[in-house]
Amino acid sequence: MVMEIVCPAGTPAALRTAVQAGAHTIYCGFADETNARNFPGLNFSREEMAEGVAFAHAHGAKVLVAINTFPRAGAETLWHAAVADAEAAGADAVILADLGLLAHAARHHPGLRRHLSVQAAAANADAINFYGREFGVRRVVLPRVLSVSEIAAINAETGVETEVFVFGGLCVMAEGRCSLSSWATGESPNMNGVCSPASHVKYREEGGALSSTLGGFTINRVAAGKPAPYPTLCKGVFRAGTAEGHLFEDPVSLDAAALMPALRDAGVTALKIEGRQRSRAYVGQVVRAFRAAVDALEAGREVPSGLLTRLTEGGATTTGAYKKTWR
Amino acid sequence: MPQDTAPTIPRVPPALAAALGLLPRTPVALALERTVRRIAVAHPGLIRRLGPHDRARFVLDPTDLPFVICLEPNGGDVRVGVCGRPGQGTTRIAGPLAALLGLVHGAYDGDALFFSRDLVIEGDTAAALALRNAVDDAEIDLSGEIARLSGPFAGPVRRLAGVAERMTGVSLSRPEEIGAW
Repeated sequence: MVMEIVCPAGTPAALRTAVQAGAHTIYCGFADETNARNFPGLNFSREEMAEGVAFAHAHGAKVLVAINTFPRAGAETLWHAAVADAEAAGADAVILADLGLLAHAARHHPGLRRHLSVQAAAANADAINFYGREFGVRRVVLPRVLSVSEIAAINAETGVETEVFVFGGLCVMAEGRCSLSSWATGESPNMNGVCSPASHVKYREEGGALSSTLGGFTINRVAAGKPAPYPTLCKGVFRAGTAEGHLFEDPVSLDAAALMPALRDAGVTALKIEGRQRSRAYVGQVVRAFRAAVDALEAGREVPSGLLTRLTEGGATTTGAYKKTWR
Repeated sequence: MPQDTAPTIPRVPPALAAALGLLPRTPVALALERTVRRIAVAHPGLIRRLGPHDRARFVLDPTDLPFVICLEPNGGDVRVGVCGRPGQGTTRIAGPLAALLGLVHGAYDGDALFFSRDLVIEGDTAAALALRNAVDDAEIDLSGEIARLSGPFAGPVRRLAGVAERMTGVSLSRPEEIGAW
């Protein structure tokens, strides 16, 4: 079975680009705090979502709507409306993280396919099977902390489809539980849909060096000519004892193209590309490259990799936890 | 898999930059304002996507030219100025002219330009992000817009832009639609 390429779209233009570049499936979200990429100028109105779904379907592609933040107590109606509106728009599935929202969707929208967001951080077969059994979840997006052999072991113990990230930003935290952004800014991807919100980010260039501050904290300073990282705390530079460096995470991007044969053999159903906050230039290049890679894999040809470095954070890539060379 | 062959971003030659610096700024600003107003009318989503930033003052700073462009969406009543110095603005977006034009046309990715330090943002980061995302969704074709404003000279303007694009490597128009997979 051909592995499905699941591609990001932050705008209707990016959705059309992804479809034309060969995406099997596109994921996107509404322009509010119900999705984890609630960035200025990004995302879809209800009308744009319906038009985007119609465009994708007309070209044989599917659309998944990410409603993957955690509803605030007393404001559930915003998230409930998002699920209803996704179904009305003709979405092929919704991507959810919150237990209450999953229960709501299963009860009130039983015909709408449910995927489990990476924000739910379901990283073992028992957790995944619980979501499958209780809420009819059909697919889980696995956290970016598992090795290929661990993914194979999970697939051997669950009938729920698995989707894994293969390219883009690399989050190695317990997703949906990370408090770094909210510690510095009061806002988090989990509750507000935005990690390190732009409204709390400042850049300053002095003598060619670039300083990044988040919520008033200087989190990085890079010398002239050196690549700039995203302004997230997890990629900040910290001092611990006499050591100074990226203690949580290096500013690099995930590129698991070379592992696609192993991921297929591990029973993975779908390959996810990160980057709803990126431009249609990124979407077009990355989707086209990965669609070609999947087709090469199916045809028994070698899968090329490492060809998208210019688009990566730090100008560098990693296979992340899929190959845990530090063990 | 296609090659990642994005070329090094071209710079405006200093002699040309100096010559452009001699252009009278008021007529240039008026021509730019007329073009941007037309684009805003043709792409209403552009202003809508700016949301709370639609009254910001964006300083667009082509670092290889001796002037900056001040863009004020002003809730749809767009104003454009051309100034010698960056001056006060809500946010400043700076980079080579080719990088800024490439962003408008969807030839370059804004995050990648930021990672490589070809793009600098100062001031209100949220406003800069809103503008970038709004422009990316609008699928603007600057050569096409200028050609439409050129009346009987539309054809020659388009051809001239095409030649200039091929000679300089600078994205002057929206790339051709990619064929369906």
